[in-house]
Amino acid sequence: MTQAIASAGRGTRLTPSAKRTRRITRPLQYIALAAYVVFLGFPLLFLLITAFKTPQELQSPNPAFLPQQPNLDNFFAAIEKANLIQAAGNSLFVAVLTTVIVTVISLPAAYALARFRTMLRGIATGWILLSQVFPFILIIIPLFLVLKQIGLINNLFGLVLVYTVWSLPFALWMLQGYVSGVPIELEEAGSMDGASRIRVLRSIVLPLLAPGLVATSLFTFISSWNEFFFALVLIQDPSLQTLPLTLARFVGAEGQVQLGQLAAASLLATIPSLVFFALIQRRLTSGLTSGAVKG
Amino acid sequence: MTTEATRAMVSERETRAPKPPKTPRRKSLGNIGRGGREAWLLVLPALIPVVLFSVYPLVQGILLGFTDAKAGLGQVVTFNGVDNYVKLLGNELFWNSFRIGLIWAFGVTILQFFAALGLALLLNLDIKFRWLARTLALVPWAMPPVIIAIMWRLMLNPTYGPINGFLRAIGLPGDTNWLGDFSTALPAVIVVGVWAGMPQTTITLLAGLQNVSADLHEAAAIDGANALQRFWHITLPALRPVIVAITTLDLIWNFNSFALVYVLTAGGPGGQTMLPMLFAYNEAFRYGNFGYAAAMGNVMVVVIAAFLFFYLRSQARSRLS
Repeated sequence: MTQAIASAGRGTRLTPSAKRTRRITRPLQYIALAAYVVFLGFPLLFLLITAFKTPQELQSPNPAFLPQQPNLDNFFAAIEKANLIQAAGNSLFVAVLTTVIVTVISLPAAYALARFRTMLRGIATGWILLSQVFPFILIIIPLFLVLKQIGLINNLFGLVLVYTVWSLPFALWMLQGYVSGVPIELEEAGSMDGASRIRVLRSIVLPLLAPGLVATSLFTFISSWNEFFFALVLIQDPSLQTLPLTLARFVGAEGQVQLGQLAAASLLATIPSLVFFALIQRRLTSGLTSGAVKG
Repeated sequence: MTTEATRAMVSERETRAPKPPKTPRRKSLGNIGRGGREAWLLVLPALIPVVLFSVYPLVQGILLGFTDAKAGLGQVVTFNGVDNYVKLLGNELFWNSFRIGLIWAFGVTILQFFAALGLALLLNLDIKFRWLARTLALVPWAMPPVIIAIMWRLMLNPTYGPINGFLRAIGLPGDTNWLGDFSTALPAVIVVGVWAGMPQTTITLLAGLQNVSADLHEAAAIDGANALQRFWHITLPALRPVIVAITTLDLIWNFNSFALVYVLTAGGPGGQTMLPMLFAYNEAFRYGNFGYAAAMGNVMVVVIAAFLFFYLRSQARSRLS
């Protein structure tokens, strides 16, 4: 109720005629909202439901919408069959290592970009935008050849290298934004009180930067965890496959019977992303809109 | 990850606005603000890998498009000038895939823009269940494209899928093989593309909407403008830079997208959903024609760049006039 009052002030004062049109538009708005909720949410719901159905239910000509005997069999079967544990281990290894390297490298660089404002800043932004335009096919072929020469094809470290390089520009960009958000006066005050340069960075800048650092590293983690194309080209050995690769291969062999396992495996593979997303959801939206809510 | 690019793009435009003078403060920093050399030293660990493993390969990739490079050891690579492009001109399959790629990219971008604008407008209202729609609109972001594709394969499954189930329930023929039929495969894939890209577009537009001045709206309302007029004359012009930025990025991303369609249809049936990226991937890693595939990549870049040039220029012009 209070919300309603607060936001009525945001838009416009309602004249009587506006109230009348509102009585017509409100229901339409709710219908539209419902349509969006169904379009966006139903596929997710259906994936969830499918994961709990038995093969018999999946094969039946008139499948019931809800699972009749919900159980976790699909999850166990998927884990066994699709080699999910190993793939998850590979994904985890690659994503964690990438995140650590990217964070360690980009932190000083982001500081430099934010505080020194050299031409590097423009170059970094330019590269971020430019690298979006080029199709990956142009990069992957030479990269494939180079990595082959140094023996990093079919090697998780090769994948880490590629992911590091491709996450860096974004991580840098994000982080330098957070660095800019730390008032430089604090640093000045610190050094005026006689703290050394390192001390200023460690005891003043770093603690203030912590939330931004977390968000950036989570972003890096998730983009490595989800990546498919580079992994498809660079990893051939089944025992080195990452989760998206394993799942994509699982698709090819799907019969009606396996749909449940496929859904279960997909759900399991999405969990880390969803957890991450739940963690930073507020930051994500508020960060994007923070400039907006001035008054 | 992707919003960052949008934000970079939007803020690039905004930073052209006059900046407050900052120089004096920087001077006062003394030992902190002095060094260009110090900056380079800090940036170097990030710069070296990026140059070695993304700038260099990219340049190499562009050059590769002018050679006859093939997969396999001990192949002699020679420059063959424009041979690849002459050959491409006559390659009907490639142009067909190119046409499909354009339909896909424009289809997804345009539909997604309208869907996301509608949703953003709703989310900008004070309306019950807003949190639900908002959360759902963000979820695709958290999902790997491979899993989005798997999920929609379930949805579109001819026998088990709920879409056909629903059609049967209301008495329509519910046996369409959405992803396997020549006429429905591309539209079906486009719908999935729209679903997958909703978060970035919606959030960006919503952020833009919240930037639209409420005072202007109020003034217009007092002057008797109805909601539609206010939307047309106040909201839309104010939203314009954001719209241009997000549709541009969406178009690029869609044109270069791979994983979603690779898992959904792998380009089938009969090449009906063979996006240029899939086509080039097959050419390179299935048939081993590296040089030829890189040439396709070059053509894609040129077309996208040309389109962006005209689109952004026309937008810049109409903004000035």
